[in-house]
Amino acid sequence: MEHESKTPWWLKALQTGLIGGVVAVLSCLIGMIESFHERDIIAGQITMGETVLLLIVITFSYFSSRGTEDTALPKRLTSGALTGLVTGGLVAGLVLLGKWVNLREILVNASPNLYKILTFEMENTTTALAYLLIAGTVIGLLTALLHLIPTVWRRAVIYGLTIVSLIALLQDLIRITLTRFPQITEALAWMFGSRGQEGLSVNGAIAVFLIVTALNYASATRGDSIRSRVRALPTGTQQGLRWGSWLLLFAFLLIWPRIAGPYLSEVTNGIGLFILMGLGLNIVVGYAGLLDLGYVAFFALGAYTMAVLTTTGGEITANFEWTFWQALPAAIFMAVLAGVVLGIPVLKIRGDYLAIITLGFGEIIRIMFLSDFLKPYFGGSFGIVLIASPTFGNLRFNTPQTLYYVILAGCLLALFVAYRLRDSRMGRAWKAIREDEDVAQAMGINLTSTKLLAFAMGAAFGGLGGAIFASKLSTVYPHSFVFLVSINVLALIIVGGMGSLPGVIVGALLLVGLPEFLREFSEFRNLIFGALLIAMMLSKPEGFLPEAVHRRELHEADNAANTAGT
Amino acid sequence: MRQRFLNRINFTDIALGIIGASLVGLIVVGSFKTLAEGNYTTRQWLDFVVFGVAQGSIYALIALGYTLVYGILRMINFAHSEVFMSGAFTAYFAADAMAKAGFIRSNPFIAILILFAISMATSVFIGVLVERIAYRPLRRAPRLVPLITAIGASFFLQYTFKGLYGDQFKAYPEVAALKGSWTWGDLNITRIQVVVILSAALLMLGLYLYVQYTKTGKAMRAVSEDKDVAALMGINVDAIIVRTFVLGAALAGAAGILYALTFRQVNFLMGFIPGIKAFTAAVLGGIGNIPGAMLGGLFLGLFESVGPILFLDGLNVPAPYQLKDVIAFTMLVLVLLFRPSGILGERLSEKKA
Repeated sequence: MEHESKTPWWLKALQTGLIGGVVAVLSCLIGMIESFHERDIIAGQITMGETVLLLIVITFSYFSSRGTEDTALPKRLTSGALTGLVTGGLVAGLVLLGKWVNLREILVNASPNLYKILTFEMENTTTALAYLLIAGTVIGLLTALLHLIPTVWRRAVIYGLTIVSLIALLQDLIRITLTRFPQITEALAWMFGSRGQEGLSVNGAIAVFLIVTALNYASATRGDSIRSRVRALPTGTQQGLRWGSWLLLFAFLLIWPRIAGPYLSEVTNGIGLFILMGLGLNIVVGYAGLLDLGYVAFFALGAYTMAVLTTTGGEITANFEWTFWQALPAAIFMAVLAGVVLGIPVLKIRGDYLAIITLGFGEIIRIMFLSDFLKPYFGGSFGIVLIASPTFGNLRFNTPQTLYYVILAGCLLALFVAYRLRDSRMGRAWKAIREDEDVAQAMGINLTSTKLLAFAMGAAFGGLGGAIFASKLSTVYPHSFVFLVSINVLALIIVGGMGSLPGVIVGALLLVGLPEFLREFSEFRNLIFGALLIAMMLSKPEGFLPEAVHRRELHEADNAANTAGT
Repeated sequence: MRQRFLNRINFTDIALGIIGASLVGLIVVGSFKTLAEGNYTTRQWLDFVVFGVAQGSIYALIALGYTLVYGILRMINFAHSEVFMSGAFTAYFAADAMAKAGFIRSNPFIAILILFAISMATSVFIGVLVERIAYRPLRRAPRLVPLITAIGASFFLQYTFKGLYGDQFKAYPEVAALKGSWTWGDLNITRIQVVVILSAALLMLGLYLYVQYTKTGKAMRAVSEDKDVAALMGINVDAIIVRTFVLGAALAGAAGILYALTFRQVNFLMGFIPGIKAFTAAVLGGIGNIPGAMLGGLFLGLFESVGPILFLDGLNVPAPYQLKDVIAFTMLVLVLLFRPSGILGERLSEKKA
């Protein structure tokens, strides 16, 4: 710590700039900028690729110009400008290098198109490089100036810009939803530009920005009063309000497929399945603190049980031909059984080994389903086809819009169970184990049954999700159950906040929902997941919507340091 | 006495005993049947063994990286498999260039040394970078936190390298000097296998001597005993941890080249399976224990190459080689069940482990 404060401020700015430059160059070389360049944020004005580069410069300049309260203004401005200059300089260096050497021999994404983007499609390289340097400096300077604006305004502006980019990115989603209502076609055309594919129009962007910024400013200056006014109401009315809003939300969920249409319902179903798995894994990892990296195994077992029991044809030697509802309990039971069988050996194993054992278990299950050895029963790499879909009387849930209700019911059930378990005797026992096994045991908690139950509960949700997944696709293949799925589920509960139920839902919406609408984004999905996991653990280990206990625990060290300091 | 013994046994022990006994029974019956049927000649068995030892020495080199880091930080460095991949993947471009220029043909020895140097340098760079960015800030965090960071780092590196070098399989050039094999009686061993086994043995010997007899090695052992006391003794703990990462990464880089020479194919996902296997090997031998990792690697390699045929062929399982990963992971479960500290590991108390 001490030697850091001795580093002169300009050297620090230089370092930050270098890191920013490396990040920018790397994002160019992995093909992100080029791929993102195809999507416009504001039609004809700025693309997503340019926005990402811009964001990198802004972020790093912001950090380097942050300083302390009493840092002199010129120092801050120079810091920001210097960081921007260095970042721009490194990108310029990449362009220059690319002109001399053919980087493409090794780095596949160093394409002529990339250089074209980086030089603003200018013919003259020298001018373009000068442009890059100047742009970096100016943006750095402007970012440093951001610190001068009062916090309320700064926040409102940042918020407005974020929402503008979000709306532009999600325009496909918004369009698909809103074109079902022909009354507002004109407003749409005005907002999204006449051609209709290319992000917000200039007018639309300005309008959205102004509205959002003003709203945010208003709520920041007056927002507390609304909350306190609600608090001032009598308890009965407050409760009524809360129940009313829950009812509204529930009604909205019920009519959602009608608003959304088939495509969006399909996407929602995908998110729903991940919410289901997330809730299950949340019990194991979030509540009980047992890191399970093979969660996909339970999902696979649920899916394959459903498949074997209900399939009506194909290559495999099974003809149970049960209905969905008959097979569902069996699928859950198989998953729970696997959870217990895996749980027993794992009980004796020390913390970190658990991760690797469960990972191995997930791989074993997948390899078994894939192998020729069990091919007569599970179809090997051909999988199982013709799986039954759920029926209810004459109603068949086989379209995305109807299947939605099955998944919704599953999610609500899982949410209810997880919510009720959280503060139950068992839930508190799980948390006690998470905090300290030895102390928990000393308090009379039976480690064996408690841990086993955590595994079994998690497995049950996974199995339920898998069963629905199988009948949703009506086919299962071993390659749907790779390690990556486990990591996706883990990432979503970590981003949302370990142990937090709203966190699971938000995490699923962010990590599963968003990539569906951003084709360019989904190409870099795994990379971003990885970076997100690191960034979350370094800066916000409790997640975006943390559980209160967890937040306190993870920031214990900070708090202790603060109290020691004062 | 008998009553007390019976009282101590609980449900878990019984379940564990049944699982373990049935697995061991399966292995014994399978091997016995396979041997009784006699479908394989001595020569074939010896081939499996040699292949297993060669494969195992690669595992052992990677396993050393896991063991070194685990010994000091008590964490699984999940990104180690990507450290392994980065070296071999990067060195491919040098190998390709040298093959095109005809350098590998004219100077195979120097060419391979250059490849080792490039691969080890890249791996060390990546390993140190990961330590600096992802692990160092989390030294005092709860244990789950660095583990998740490590998984994140592993994914990030995999897909960064995919973005940088592309997602195709790249074929390593063939080294003409390493073609062919030697035969003594029934023992047949290819030149590549000799190179792999010898260089792995040399590197491991070097590491062992380094850790046992140099001052840095002594400091490393001290840090792995107790970081705080080591710091009080005037050891720069951070510097020692970085050196540990350097050592582990260098070995992984070397293993990458040996792997590439054997299988002659690299890809951004190539690290995943060898990484898990090597970790399994480290646990088999007793994690944190250097000779243990070497032994565990050899054991795992042997089990994987001999095991599927020996255990499963007699049971009429079709295509037993598909199940070699299952055998490796089952071994891990068995070892953890009956000897959680591994073959050579000492019994560590729960807290310390």
